[in-house]
Amino acid sequence: MAVEFILIPGRTSRQGTTLNEGKYTDGYKEEVSTLLMHPDDLERIGATAGDQLRVWNEHGDITVTSGLDKGECPPGLVFISYGDCSSRLMGGETHGSGMPTSKGLDVWIERVTSPGETAE
Amino acid sequence: MPSPPPRRRAAFCCPAFSAAVFIGYNSGATARTVCVCPKWSEGNHGLERFHTMSIAEEPAKTETPELKVVSDATCTFCGCVCDDMELTVEGNRITKAKNACVLGKAWFFNHHIENEPEATVDGQPSTYDVAIERAADILYSATYPVTYGLSDTTCEAQRKAVAITDWIGGCLDTTTSVCHGPSGMAFQGVGEVTCSLGEIKHRADFLLYWGGNPAESHPRHFTRYSLMPKGRHVPRGRKDRTAVLIDVRKTKSAKAVDIFLQLKPRSDFELAWALRGLIRGIEIDPSIEQKTGIPLETLTDLAERMKQARFGAILFGMGVTMTRGKHLNSEAVLSLARDLNKYTRWVAKPMRGHGNVTGADNVVSWSTGYPFGVNLARGYPRFNPGEYTTSDLLARGEADAALIIASDPMSNFSQPARDHLAKIPVVVLDPKRSDTARAAAVHFTTATYGINTPGTVYRMDDIPIPLRPAFDSPYRSDLEILTAIEKRIREKQFAAAGVTSD
Repeated sequence: MAVEFILIPGRTSRQGTTLNEGKYTDGYKEEVSTLLMHPDDLERIGATAGDQLRVWNEHGDITVTSGLDKGECPPGLVFISYGDCSSRLMGGETHGSGMPTSKGLDVWIERVTSPGETAE
Repeated sequence: MPSPPPRRRAAFCCPAFSAAVFIGYNSGATARTVCVCPKWSEGNHGLERFHTMSIAEEPAKTETPELKVVSDATCTFCGCVCDDMELTVEGNRITKAKNACVLGKAWFFNHHIENEPEATVDGQPSTYDVAIERAADILYSATYPVTYGLSDTTCEAQRKAVAITDWIGGCLDTTTSVCHGPSGMAFQGVGEVTCSLGEIKHRADFLLYWGGNPAESHPRHFTRYSLMPKGRHVPRGRKDRTAVLIDVRKTKSAKAVDIFLQLKPRSDFELAWALRGLIRGIEIDPSIEQKTGIPLETLTDLAERMKQARFGAILFGMGVTMTRGKHLNSEAVLSLARDLNKYTRWVAKPMRGHGNVTGADNVVSWSTGYPFGVNLARGYPRFNPGEYTTSDLLARGEADAALIIASDPMSNFSQPARDHLAKIPVVVLDPKRSDTARAAAVHFTTATYGINTPGTVYRMDDIPIPLRPAFDSPYRSDLEILTAIEKRIREKQFAAAGVTSD
């Protein structure tokens, strides 16, 4: 079942260190494609840590790996390290500021049951 | 008058003169760096510390130095620009980085010499001269080019990029536009009550971190500049300071502060406005809790504590600027600091991300009058975020060529912007083969600033700091490449005008 959340992309220590190691390293790719969620939220979408999740909004559609947030995100708020995946959910509109809305994005999330399919 | 020191290998630039001595080989040697600027004996041409700064004693005259220690080196990974690094260099690798944080260590240990071609044209290895010619052709022929990036290069290279953009009548933008660009707009709207990080270290007894996670993004900010250090007016360091964090997530930074206030997403503006009212004694409706998630009593208590501080600092991150409201959020936070000065001393400082993004703001500002999003097509600068900013120029499909310096918009811009970037000829200067470099018509592999090249960068509080490179790179610097591109563009322009460049 798809559920609506607010997505906060941001910097992490591991994102910074693996960025220096290289954007094509497994560490960096894993860091920027892992979505951290409150345990209750994981349960709401019928997923456990390590599951593949489809995340989308009107601007983009990505597949990421779910991760268990360790007390940073309240229910309803999900976090991902800033990078290629999170940027695909930004729109081109900047509202006259030059800055696309890059945090506090409305997204829908559902568990991917098998490649190319969703839980629906 | 003392005699000038003997001139030796110049390795970094004194801001007052472009030649200085950099000596530092052999472990165990005493270290020293001496400026040979003609004004050195005056000792007062702006930066006396250049003449006494220590790095390494005269080297033993060996052909192949095995080990080098570079003291007072500068880390350019984040906006803290910590200039107290002690780097141990073996060959073309940095093997130790004393005083560096986890991010700084990753920066120093992973920027060694890579086996990449000096340049590529259309994805194929190319000679330098051919790549310069093609880059100049692209930029000279474009009708609406954009120059972008610039936050991870030296001020000297930034200045050259401004010149190129001016010659070709393009748009000039930096990563500031997708970072603290909204704060730059807010500065123009309500001003900035500011200070150096040194003042915060020595004076601030109240710190309000807002919309940021310094523990992970700027690890030494707490320990070197703001929260922990003992200062002249806060002699007990952390014990003399009250620290508050406002954020939508209870991040690792929350453990370091006294009070954590968990804000509901997209309510930064409302919170700042409510605090402004409370500080002025205006009655605020209790429904503010429904909007922000923070009870009115808590906000009232916070406002009172802020008024009672002797010296307060709001240090705000991109949680303020990147979320809905953007420059209005920044204006609200800056206005809050301004209002507090009716009662006591408060400042507000943006937490800047990239190593020289503040330098980009400074160079573009003193060159054009505006910090980013500048159009030079009419021969004079025009500023209009949303129109001349890169994300917009690309997403709307307007730019017909791009010069991108040390940035990777192909992996962090919106999809419409990326799609257009893939359609136009792009010239990229980057030490790494990023997604943007791989898609570029011309890519130059460059030396890494601060590690391989000298120059100047600005710390997040607008303090200029010199770079002390650790080892030479076989690749050219951004400055050298941009200088060559500019020269070739000018030759083409002179030829088209029927005059010689001499």
